[in-house]
Amino acid sequence: MPQLDFSNPLMTSKLVWLVIIFGVLYFVLKSYALPRVASVLEERAGRIKADLDAARDAQAAGEAALAELRAATAAAKAEAQAAIATAMQEAQKKAAAEAEAINARLTAQVAEAEARVAAARDAAMGALRSVAGETAMAMLGRLGVSAPANDVTAAVDRAATQGGR
Amino acid sequence: MAAEGKAIDALGQFELSTVLGPIGAAVGFTQSNLHMVIAAGLIVALMVYGMRPAAMVPGRLQSLAEAAYGFIDDMVVAQVGEEGRRFFPFVFTLFMFILFGNMLGLFPYAFTYTSHISLTFTLALMVFVLITAVSIALHGRKFLGYFFPEGAPVWLAPIIIPVEIVSYLSRPISLSIRLFANMVAGHVMLKVFATFVVMLAGLGAIGPFVSIMPLAINVALVGFEVLVAFLQAYVFAILTCIYLHDAVHLH
Repeated sequence: MPQLDFSNPLMTSKLVWLVIIFGVLYFVLKSYALPRVASVLEERAGRIKADLDAARDAQAAGEAALAELRAATAAAKAEAQAAIATAMQEAQKKAAAEAEAINARLTAQVAEAEARVAAARDAAMGALRSVAGETAMAMLGRLGVSAPANDVTAAVDRAATQGGR
Repeated sequence: MAAEGKAIDALGQFELSTVLGPIGAAVGFTQSNLHMVIAAGLIVALMVYGMRPAAMVPGRLQSLAEAAYGFIDDMVVAQVGEEGRRFFPFVFTLFMFILFGNMLGLFPYAFTYTSHISLTFTLALMVFVLITAVSIALHGRKFLGYFFPEGAPVWLAPIIIPVEIVSYLSRPISLSIRLFANMVAGHVMLKVFATFVVMLAGLGAIGPFVSIMPLAINVALVGFEVLVAFLQAYVFAILTCIYLHDAVHLH
């Protein structure tokens, strides 16, 4: 087996060269190649982290905006409902007041009309009595009965009040 | 078969010879060293040229370089812990050097430098010296406690201490023999079956048909050897990490 032929001088020189080559390779990798790889990997990890953070921030902002929008919508809705309720209340109050005023006016007119009717009736009734009294006096005169005018009037009055209104 | 002068020369491929003419001969620069230089060049090319774009989204070569980096980085951190980070360049160099050596050896006419026990033992010795130096530097005299675990009955010391010392000293040996034997066995088998292909092909009319069989075996073997090449580099690296863990944490 050539590998076990340790008397071969090339065996020793090969190992010397191995140490030199391995040492140079180690030095180059350690001081130049590997730090570069590490920096690239680090940069990428940092970039990914930054992007993730940015995405997370954007999501939070979006959620906040959505919540704000919801709150604003709810507030506007409440305000609108309050306005509607107030307007309705006011309208109802106004309508009630107007109805009351109309009622009052109508009541007044009715009362006035009734008063007028009563006055007219009283006047009519008064005229009727005097006519009745005069008629009674005239009938009495035809019959040749004299009677004091006052008694006749009183009798007519009595009859009128008994007879009807 | 081997008697007719067409002997199967399965071991000739491991013979050392100098390259680069008289200069190489003068400094004992062998083809083994040439392949080391090629492997080292390829590693540096991958890690430097591959990483040149330093792109946010890596291309093919950059992905490969980053995968190699991440693979060993994860291994070191998982086995040794966060304090093992400073051994990362060493483990990375070791892994890539063995991996590229194994893979390079699979090319025709290439020399597999990891098929020499002297080389694998030198690498294992580096690991051994490193773990011993780290243990002593970190733990001082407590390092000796490694050979006698705390809480063990004292009367067992005559048994435990020699066993622990032997197991500690056998680490570089098992580490180097495992890699060396795997590479040698694979290459000897490849060579033997390849020689069969040639020999059987010369057997007259049926020769070409019969020689298909060793050829098919060789095709399968090459695929297997690629797996072994990676696996042995991985085993070497992860055992180094485990030894480093012992050195840093003492059990």
